[in-house]
Amino acid sequence: MAEKLALMRDAYGETLVELGRRNNNIVVLDADLSPSTKTSLFAKEFPERFFDVGVAEANMISIAAGLASVGKIAFASTFAVFGVEKGLNQFKQSVAYPNLNVKLVTTHGGISVGEDGSSHFCIEDLAVMRSLPNVTVIVPADAVETRVATRAIAEHFGPVFMRLSRPKTPLVYDDGYRFMGKELKFEIGKSITLREGRDVTILATGLMVAESLLAVQELAKEGIDAGVINFHTIKPIDREAILRAATSTGALVTAEEHNVIGGLGGAVAEVLVEENPVPMVRVGIQDTYAESGPWRELFAKYGLTSSDIVKAVKKVLKRRGR
Amino acid sequence: MTPFDQKTAPHDERLIKKLSEIALTIRRNSLIMTTKAASGHPGGSLSCADILAAIYFHQLRYDPENPNWEGRDRFILSKGHAAPAFYAALAIAGFFPTEELWKLRKLGSMLQGHPDMRKTPGVDASTGTLGQGLSIGVGMALAFRLDGKDNRVYVLLGDGELDEGQVWEAAMSAAHYKIDNLTAIVDYNRQQLSGCTEKIMNLEPIVDKWKAFGWHVIQIDGHDMKQILDALDEAEKIKGKPTVILAYTIKGKGVPMLEKLFLAGDCKYHGTPLTETELARALEELYG
Repeated sequence: MAEKLALMRDAYGETLVELGRRNNNIVVLDADLSPSTKTSLFAKEFPERFFDVGVAEANMISIAAGLASVGKIAFASTFAVFGVEKGLNQFKQSVAYPNLNVKLVTTHGGISVGEDGSSHFCIEDLAVMRSLPNVTVIVPADAVETRVATRAIAEHFGPVFMRLSRPKTPLVYDDGYRFMGKELKFEIGKSITLREGRDVTILATGLMVAESLLAVQELAKEGIDAGVINFHTIKPIDREAILRAATSTGALVTAEEHNVIGGLGGAVAEVLVEENPVPMVRVGIQDTYAESGPWRELFAKYGLTSSDIVKAVKKVLKRRGR
Repeated sequence: MTPFDQKTAPHDERLIKKLSEIALTIRRNSLIMTTKAASGHPGGSLSCADILAAIYFHQLRYDPENPNWEGRDRFILSKGHAAPAFYAALAIAGFFPTEELWKLRKLGSMLQGHPDMRKTPGVDASTGTLGQGLSIGVGMALAFRLDGKDNRVYVLLGDGELDEGQVWEAAMSAAHYKIDNLTAIVDYNRQQLSGCTEKIMNLEPIVDKWKAFGWHVIQIDGHDMKQILDALDEAEKIKGKPTVILAYTIKGKGVPMLEKLFLAGDCKYHGTPLTETELARALEELYG
């Protein structure tokens, strides 16, 4: 069956419009990237509530803080690398510290940006944002989840960082946030168990959720029964789900389109070492800068495919002792 | 209690005398606070005391009994290190008891080293890392305009702070959005932490810069109360563009021993409090 693809960015832009129709307090900011981030959809319908600040991310984030301090729900968008890194002190000082209702939603996370190359990649956003008190960190797995996540973060009071991707990516969920026919509920901080497994559990986030589901099929051929949990929330991390998986399978693999330092793998390891240190292996970018290229080829070169997950599973099972 | 809303009062001698006395108290308390805290920034607190007195006891609309009152104007101390003067003004305004001032920078105090909107009643923006206050003010001004409200936003910037690129991002955007419900004030005392602004990073021609960024510029003696009051009023009359008041001030103003040091290029008291002995002498000079 051919995989269905969709843009998370479209889902984000369309949901912003939907939210804007329901709530006059929603305002949206962008830093000259609205055609890419799809905040342009909101801009078209609500020009008076949309502020394109030009190529000035620091200013955008502090302006968003000002808007939020007067009661607006401010969504600020640009590419991950610019939003997180050019406005980091602004986000910390003007938004996170005073706990203001600003949603920094960045597209073009990770290396799936592709051809633009390393200057436009962001493989450290989750580590950085996760370390800021008060900040909720969300990474949807596909366009369907982006829709429900966007609604959820608008409802949630407080600073949020949400990472979306550039390319059309495989749909994990069916319309209406359904998986294998089952309708799901998106709750910030509650992971989604997509598949229970007897031998090993793969804890994945973002685009690596689809890769993990492919890995499950490859592993099944070799008689390995792998479970998959989608961690759409990196912070607050779902400790219970991690510990349940640690108890039930005793071997974990994390998978993320992020440096192996400080992201989902880091968050899971922190929980495990303090509570139940079962063997785990991290799939992610191995602390290096990637390069230009089509994103699927980059995923292959930098260790982010289902076969990398399969290898990691075998490694962790060997450590645990099958 | 009715909110403080007195900006229509005439700029007469009585008002000027009242505000000058308040400024003196702000200066006095700023010095005592920083000495008691054994840390903090006396120099830049003294240079902006007159401006704070004019804003808090004439221009601004607020209710100390209800710090989160929606109808309040907003004041942002973008040069957050002048927190002692700000706190002194807030205490006089009645946001908290004067005794709180003596706990500045102490563990558990509501008065943090730099302004904190979650800990201190009357503080509407958390600042301290320079360059962000004007952007925050632009956001507030946009929100008030969207809601059709007449609340006004005041942002006090330092001169050294103008080295920050974000100030100019904010300046460009305020003019772009034709924001006229915000007044920026620059405390131009010509000294920054490590020396005079001219030597560290020259700001001139500063008037041309603001004008080129699309702002209406008013230049005043930042210690002449009448000029401060008139400038604040003039700023509100300018429509379709933002206004900046360049207030030429003296760092350490009111205490000749400090003024002399700063003028000689010695910026020790930018971020160092006076000793108890120095404080006694400074207070004598202040009231001398």
